[in-house]
This record gives sequence, C-alpha cells and structure tokens, in this order.
Amino acid sequence: MAKSLFDKIWDAHVVKTAPGGLDIVYIDRHLIHEVTSPQAFDELEARGLPLFRPARILATADHNVPTRNQHLPIEEPLSRSQVDKLTANCAKYGVELYGLGHARQGIVHVIGPELGLTLPGTTIVCGDSHTSTHGAFGAVAFGIGTSQVAQVMATQCLLLSRPKRMRISVDGELRPGVTAKDLILYVIAQLGTGGATGYFVEYAGSAVRALSMEGRMTVCNMSIEMGARGGLIAPDETTFAYVKGRPYAPKEAAWEQAVAYWETLYSDKDTVFEVEHHFDAAAIPPMITYGTNPGMGIALTGHIPSEVPASEAESFDKSLQYMGFQRGESLLGKEINYVFIGSCTNSRIEDLRAVAAYVQGKQKAGHVEAIIVPGSKQVEQQAIAEGLDKILAAAGFELREPGCSACLAMNEDKIPAGAYCVATSNRNFEGRQGPGSRTLLASPLVAAITAVQGRIVDITQYLN
Amino acid sequence: MEKFQTLHSAAVPLPLENIDTDQIIPARFLKATTREGFGENLFRDWRFNADGTPKPDFVLNDACYAGQILLAGKNFGCGSSREHAAWALYDAGFRVVISSYFADIFRGNALNTGLLPLQLTDAELARIFTLAEKDGDTEFVVNLPEQTLHLPATGESFHFDIDAYKKECLINGYDDIDYLLSQKPAIEAYESGRAWTW
Repeated sequence: MAKSLFDKIWDAHVVKTAPGGLDIVYIDRHLIHEVTSPQAFDELEARGLPLFRPARILATADHNVPTRNQHLPIEEPLSRSQVDKLTANCAKYGVELYGLGHARQGIVHVIGPELGLTLPGTTIVCGDSHTSTHGAFGAVAFGIGTSQVAQVMATQCLLLSRPKRMRISVDGELRPGVTAKDLILYVIAQLGTGGATGYFVEYAGSAVRALSMEGRMTVCNMSIEMGARGGLIAPDETTFAYVKGRPYAPKEAAWEQAVAYWETLYSDKDTVFEVEHHFDAAAIPPMITYGTNPGMGIALTGHIPSEVPASEAESFDKSLQYMGFQRGESLLGKEINYVFIGSCTNSRIEDLRAVAAYVQGKQKAGHVEAIIVPGSKQVEQQAIAEGLDKILAAAGFELREPGCSACLAMNEDKIPAGAYCVATSNRNFEGRQGPGSRTLLASPLVAAITAVQGRIVDITQYLN
Repeated sequence: MEKFQTLHSAAVPLPLENIDTDQIIPARFLKATTREGFGENLFRDWRFNADGTPKPDFVLNDACYAGQILLAGKNFGCGSSREHAAWALYDAGFRVVISSYFADIFRGNALNTGLLPLQLTDAELARIFTLAEKDGDTEFVVNLPEQTLHLPATGESFHFDIDAYKKECLINGYDDIDYLLSQKPAIEAYESGRAWTW
C-alpha cells in the first residue's frame, strides 16, 4: 500500500501499538533548553528515575539568555537561576550541554541542523513548538510539553495518536523579492491560524524543492502557526549536501548506507492525503502581518480585510484595536520603530547575508532601532568571517550575540508598549515581544528594506 | 496527577477565538523552575494593568462570574508548547476548559496536568456561552465517565468525545510515564532490533 513520507518514518519508530490504539513512538533525538526542562528533571528526581538514554539528549541555553556581554554572568536573577539549573542538571545526569559561551551554543532549532544532529528519517522532539523546523530534513519533529519531556527522559518514547495527513504543494517560481518566509506566511494566511490542527503537513511541489535548506527550515518552522503538529519535506540532494560532513552526521560507509536509506523517504505516488492544498508560487507576494495571530497576513501592498464572519468579529476587532489599525486600511507608509532580525525562523547565515546584501552602502532610518540576533555562535562567527558584521554596523544595524531574544522577550530585548516592530520571527501575539508591543511579521528582506525606509513600503520598488 | 470524575461548577465565559499560550501565561513569567504559582499570572496582561491593578472589564475580575470551568472560543491554546499554560489554569482553580477545538499540544498538556479539555461543536459552544453569560450562577455538571456536560437548569445534555486511554488516565490519576515505564522491555527490544543507530 502506498505510504506517505510521514508514515514511513512514523512506522519505523513504533515500538508497539498500545491497547486502545495509541502508538509508543521511539524518539531518536531529544533537544532540551533551560525553560521547559527543569520541572522534567525534577520529576525524574521525585520518582528516583535515571535518564534512560542520555546520549540521545542535547542541551543548550537559548530562551532567556542576554544577547550582549555573554561572557559576563547573566544579570537578571531568574534567568541566571534557570540557566544555572540547566547546567547543574546536565552535569548531574550526563547530558551534553552547549551552554552560554560554548562555540556551539545557539537557538536549539538552529544548532541541531548545523551540527548534523538533525537527520532525515529521524524522530526529534523538544519542549518547544518550533521543533517542527527540523522537518525540513525529512524528519518527524514536533514540540512537546514538559510532562512529555520527562517521559522521553525516562523512556525515550512517547505515547501518541497518529496525526492526519495534509499535503501542501506549491508549484512554479517565486517572484523577485519573494522568499520562503513569504511563502509560509501566505499559506498560513490562506489556511488560518488553526487551519492545520490535527494534521502533520508535508510540503511539496517545485517551489518547495527549489528552496535552500535554510528556506525549507523557515517553512517547516512555521507549521505550528497554522496549528499543524509538524511539517516536513522529503529529503533530496539539497538535504544530503547540507548534512554531509557536519559533526554528528554519519561518516564514510555509514554515510553511504544512510543516503541509500534516505533516498527511500518520499511519499509514494498513490499516497492518499486527507487534505491537499495547491498554491501557485507566482501568485505569492511579499507578505506582512497586520494582526495578533500569524494567520492575519496580507500582501505588503494589500489591505486589511473590511469584512469578517460575524462569529470572528469580536476577536478581529480586538486584534486591530491592539495593533492600532482599522478595517480596510493599507499598511503602506506606516512608520516603524523597531526592526528585529532573528529567531529560529530567520536567523541563519543565509538570512544575515540577504540583509547585508541589501543594506550594504545604505543607512537605516534615523528613528528605527535595528537589531540582528544570529541564531547561533557558529552563525555569528561565519558572519564575522564574511565581513557581514562590518556591513551591518556601517548601515546602523546592531549585531548581537545568539539567542531567542526579542522573539519572545524573555531576556532584556523587549519592544516597548505601543511601538511597531517588523520582525522576522514567527509570532505576532499580543505582548509577544514585550507588554504592549506591536509585531508585524515579515521576511528578512522586507525587514531590511523597512529598516532603511523607516516605514512600510512596496519592497518591489526598492530591490537592489 | 489528581483524579477527575465529575465536576459541578459555574463557568467563566471568555468569548474570544484563538486564545494563545502567550495570553494564558506570558513568556516573561516562565522563569520559575517548579510547577506551582503560575495561576497568579494567568491571563496577566488581560487581567492586570502594567501597574498591577486589575482591569475591571476582564471576566476574571468580574464578580458576576466564578467557577472551575473556563469557556473559550475556538482554537484555544494555540502557539507555544509551554505546559505552563495548563499549569497556570489549573493553579488558578480551573479543572475544565470548554471550546469548540483545542490546539494539539495544549490539549495534550492539559490532559497531562489533570485539566479536562472538553470539546463541543460550534453550535453547542454558542448555546453554552449564551446561558453562562446571561447568568453567572448557571450550574454545569461535567461527568467524565459518562462523557456528558449537563445543565440541571434546562435539562440539556451534551456529549463530548475523549480518547479512551486518556479518559482512564484522568479518572484514575495515571500519568503516561507510568505506562511507558511498564513497557521498558519492549522499548529495549525495539532498540536492539534497529538497523540504524544514528
């Protein structure tokens, strides 16, 4: 029987099916960070349980670390205590930790792929909803809660129901100035913020195949923003070329065997998906969000909807009131106060290169504060090696040290109440970037052009 | 985990859709390393002004409404995987959230916390909202073994679905971890039979 890519991987990880129909699913890789792991370690402690497979866990500190002066002790006491607790737990239980100051530290979803830990055909979990990022490699990867973090620590398994199948195919060529971020913001705007709840999404089609690994990660990263349990893309030559030679990737004979297996990971021709969506890449414009969930996206040159179904009106108007926008309005010309380039969605070297390439020889607008937070120490070092730091500094952009930063504002990087921030991150929820902050999600290119112009513009008029 | 069987309570109506986990518990309050105390900051920025004074128009600050059941619009709990959202609701005294659908991760987290995510149809949810908003004292009876939500005042009853295994867990206070630990021999057998070990 024809099998989907997802089902091939899932089936290969089912230890057994429990009475009642839930599957015991084996987890190959467990990534942990300081925010969602302490209570899980405490649960092991309380039950007197060891870590079942410590070698399958990798830890990093990312969510609440400062992005300045990382060589100094963390100033904020609660953040420091959480990071210290992670360090102590990792030492006690024998977990590899790439903590603050380590050359491999960074956002958990940036370092997994860059270290070659993220491999096709694997199952990957983390106490973070953007674990879906790793699906870009043809892995089954998804976010879990802290009780599940403890379950994986204790047994390397989870008890799960199989999600339904959805395929989203995007064919054709993206237009100039349109990136992977616009593609996924467009898809989410079409399906809505809950449009894929209960499903695991496979992204397919020629426009998806043409994306770099960084672009594929951006797409899979935001699967959760339409409610999907995760998203994945069949591995191909682009995937193998990215993975090859990375520190944790298989080597020599094991590499050959691995690739032979990975080449079998695709949805069979006659696979039946419960839901299929098809989009034309050429119809996708540069996108931006205007509201307080990621489904509230429009073309940069578009208008906020004038009409919404009656049942949604109260939530919709509350959202617009928070943002200070009106129904039917265009965003063009709106002045912006902050630009944030970073997060597990868009903080990789390709994103920094795109920004640097645009801003070289230009200046950010005087009233805009523009910060760039690289996804990892390795991305930061690469940017410096390529001289991007100097280009960015000359244009008035501040290159910080790695972490989640203003995506969720757990550290000092907060957008003030009422201020508008064009952000390359993944969520525009109320207060996400700090109490009262107003977030407009967009691509790194849109963010860079907005920083230079100081207001929302039709970027197609400003491309280099 | 606490056992859950039946609950008699009034409901607190919060008629907004897509309530995300950043509203339920903002990220800046996730720095605690224990499970307790998150209720204090439940719906923090909807419930309190920046200076800590209560916002009188938010339903949790409205003396007309109280209870262990939260009523919310569709797609409740979307966003982050933070189980702290379920802990915050539980810590604030809620035992049931009723909506017309829940985000997947939140649903799982709620069940693992002992908080029942009770899913009705859109029409049923609208009906419940009407009754709860009209009279804050309207009593609801959640019967998990029977999988019903009953309204003694009108005699109406609504059926809800729940996974049979998770229902047993809630009724008996079992965690998944207990079951998974009992399956160690099968897990080890699986590991030794694998072709790939990356």
